[in-house]
Amino acid sequence: MKHLLSIADLDAATATGLLDTASRLKDTLLGREVRKLPTLRGRTVVTLFYEDSTRTRVSFEVAGKWMSADTINVSAKGSSVSKGESLRDTSLTISAMGADCVIVRHPASGAAHRIAGWADKDAGTTGTHTSIVNAGDGTHEHPTQALLDAATLRERLGSVAGRRIGIVGDVLHSRVARSNVLLLSTLGAEVVLIAPPTLLPTGVAEWPCRVAHHLDAELPALDAVMMLRVQAERMHGGFFPSAREYSVTYGLNERRLALLPEGTPVLHPGPMVRGMEIAPAVADAPNAAVLAQVRNGVHVRMAVLYHLLAGAPE
Amino acid sequence: MTDLLNDLLIRNARPYGEEAVDLLVQDGVVTEIGTGLAAPEGTEVLDAGGHVLLPGLVDLHVHLREPGGEESETIETGSHAAALGGFTAVFAMPNTDPVADTAVVVEHVRRRGEEVGLVDVHPVGAVTTGLKGAKLAELGTMATSAAQVRMFSDDGRCVNDPLIMRRALEYASALDVVIAQHAEDHRLTDGAQAHEGAIASRLGLAGWPATAEETVVARDCALAREAGAALHVCHVSSLHSIAVLRAAKAQGVRVSAEVTPHHLLLTDGRLTGYDPVNKVNPPLRTGADTQAMREALAEGVIDVVATDHAPHASQYKDTEWAAAKPGMLGLQTALSVVIHTMVEPGLLDWHGVARVMSERPAEIVDLPDQGRPIAVGEPATFALVDPDAQWTVRGAALASRAANTPYEGMRLPGAVAATVLRGRITARDGKVVA
Amino acid sequence: MANDRRGDVGEGQAPARELLSSADVARTIARIAHQIIEKTAFGPGNTGDLVLLGIPTRGAVLARRLAAAITDFTGVAPAVGSIDATLYRDDLRRGPTRALVDTAVPEGGIDGKLVVLVDDVLMSGRTTRAALDALSDEGRPRAVQLAVLVDRGHRELPIRADYVGKNVPTSRAEKILVRLTESDDRDGVLIQRPEPGPGEPAVGPEVEPTIDTEAEPTTDGGDA
Repeated sequence: MKHLLSIADLDAATATGLLDTASRLKDTLLGREVRKLPTLRGRTVVTLFYEDSTRTRVSFEVAGKWMSADTINVSAKGSSVSKGESLRDTSLTISAMGADCVIVRHPASGAAHRIAGWADKDAGTTGTHTSIVNAGDGTHEHPTQALLDAATLRERLGSVAGRRIGIVGDVLHSRVARSNVLLLSTLGAEVVLIAPPTLLPTGVAEWPCRVAHHLDAELPALDAVMMLRVQAERMHGGFFPSAREYSVTYGLNERRLALLPEGTPVLHPGPMVRGMEIAPAVADAPNAAVLAQVRNGVHVRMAVLYHLLAGAPE
Repeated sequence: MTDLLNDLLIRNARPYGEEAVDLLVQDGVVTEIGTGLAAPEGTEVLDAGGHVLLPGLVDLHVHLREPGGEESETIETGSHAAALGGFTAVFAMPNTDPVADTAVVVEHVRRRGEEVGLVDVHPVGAVTTGLKGAKLAELGTMATSAAQVRMFSDDGRCVNDPLIMRRALEYASALDVVIAQHAEDHRLTDGAQAHEGAIASRLGLAGWPATAEETVVARDCALAREAGAALHVCHVSSLHSIAVLRAAKAQGVRVSAEVTPHHLLLTDGRLTGYDPVNKVNPPLRTGADTQAMREALAEGVIDVVATDHAPHASQYKDTEWAAAKPGMLGLQTALSVVIHTMVEPGLLDWHGVARVMSERPAEIVDLPDQGRPIAVGEPATFALVDPDAQWTVRGAALASRAANTPYEGMRLPGAVAATVLRGRITARDGKVVA
Repeated sequence: MANDRRGDVGEGQAPARELLSSADVARTIARIAHQIIEKTAFGPGNTGDLVLLGIPTRGAVLARRLAAAITDFTGVAPAVGSIDATLYRDDLRRGPTRALVDTAVPEGGIDGKLVVLVDDVLMSGRTTRAALDALSDEGRPRAVQLAVLVDRGHRELPIRADYVGKNVPTSRAEKILVRLTESDDRDGVLIQRPEPGPGEPAVGPEVEPTIDTEAEPTTDGGDA
């Protein structure tokens, strides 16, 4: 694996290998007082974030530190980025400084692909083979989020294959949904997207999943449910009439929780909008896997760094 | 005009791909057509090598970027590209800086074109001041200025307001000029990055729905019918627009339409690597759309091919997709793409190519000395085409200042062997004749 | 890309000569078990101290075999587990990404214990070094000893085994193939010489007629 740009680049064996590594890393570190592995000593990992995201950035940073990589955080604010430097120049500059891995969060779909293309083309000039990890690009993908969701589902359900997973909410703008549909279907799960038509992209019919509009009808047959964040600013685009109507129609409340089979895990990529897509009581219910997701996020990202950086360069 | 009216003998050329003849040109006009013609003293001889002779190509839609965007293209470099592409007249869109919405700017463009002297550069005037879509620009002043503006467009932006569009069409009808509409309902394309469909949905690129074009075309056809005005639809990209155009033409609406070479050939399948060289507005659509474009062009529902030649310097393209400017080079590849998509599959013969790339465009804007028949007494304005040549496109080797060709590395058929503007050779064997 | 697949010998590869038969392997394990009992004074009344930790894959198998033998001889079972040293290796960048293997530290941990690391083949000592590092992150043993089935020399680090099944002088080009029924189809230790290159005469002593004509997949622990 040279870069991690899209779940579409992973076959089932590679994805399973990543999840296995994450699970073994988790076991290895479990209960240890000193959570530090020497594996990536001397390697430099840069997080390059053009969007605020404390949770994803910190998760990658912890993952890098636990593997003994030197981690450096670059945020769009307070760097040359705000002086109008192009994405190409910024990313190549970071490569030339010797970054072995650049973890990119960017509001433009495909930004990580572009950076990987520039890095590969200029590897000779920069003198560094830089691996690029997509930590969320626009409304395209968020591959490590899907991997940590799958890791969490494996823990809760034993395996993902053959399970029916519902993804509820703003699929249109969700990179989490795109990555999850690809990964869960690759791993053999049946995915059901549940959303109003205005929050589903044109062309969704060609995705490897089923589409439904009525949440209550789907809940009893789900093995797990993943709630997507609904951003308030979407209301201004007229994607749905009001927050109240959305919450009533697509929010996971206690009544709906009871429709799910006993113990069905409830996932949310966070940050949650309590009272909107998820009721506070549901967010804090034993079913809720939100904090398990966050914990698994570190191990999954360690696994990604291990697979990208620990072997011989490709 | 600064043309040097040299006498010229074109030997062994095949007009419209037919029997080879010689053509004698004197003072920019064809004076004799026959075989075995002798060159009078002092006459330049162009050996056409049995290549196909077409009337000089006319492009109703180019962006030459001058004034204001000279890092991407100038009237000089754009004229070079045009001459090398077989063009003898181009229409330069007004989205420059300053916008070509006054007589001063359009006259400047016209004059720069004449100074370069390789191709007739006709400025297109803005429909609304500053392309803002709010207030009509001084169409009459521009039409009667030294620039003699024949066509008005806010291209790059749609005249979205139906009332402004109605007024523009009504006003234009009295001036006998054409309103060229960039058909895109901006309310439906807010933030749009790619053709709305399966590929854009996977790539997470906000969709540019085909309906945003179709609805504006339908609305404008109705407005043009009521105004009795001439409407030209720029760069038709959606197959659904074709049905609307066919119906409007059947009603007698004065509507013409163009398709770009890239909408004849390229599809949104090229977007998967996020290379913004494929970003263009309207966006590359599906294979069904390109097929429909080809058929509509052959049928005549779409009248002409226009390049929408849109140079962008690398800093505007070597970026993330969303930040990249839309547009692609077209002047030097247009004829080859038309040969590839239309002539090779048998959809057009050489008369057909002359029709869609020269005669009909000249007719739409009422140019008296372009798109004329190859005949005695007509202007010697030609594109000489080697139909058997094959070439590999290299953006860096094109004459434009920018290199944003989507055909990089592609092998294309047909090459322009020479371009002749009123008896003067402007390009020959891939080199501009200054 | 599991590390235990490297060195697979397929059909048409160099012939291998048997160093230890199935019976030899059993005898060797029994001997090492006796030595461990003797040296650690393990037995009824002293079971809390000893922990056998195998280095996957075959070291972990050997550790379980040794534990079984020790149980046979003493009537009490020592703690046994495995420790994956992959994350501590110094050669990760020299090959494709290695899959991680389970670490299973027995209940009771290793703090204050006498840990006997078990591996199949000792060569450079680098795997042992990595395992020692992994061990120190798991806890703080009282002492660490090393047991190996084969010591083939070519040490690159100051590491010495406390228990050695068989010392085998080898050239670097040779491969030592350890087979155990748990991961292979039978027990045995083979040595394999590289095929001479084209036009290059075979050097060294005559190779004995090959024992292994089936050439089933085997594993080389020889770079350990």
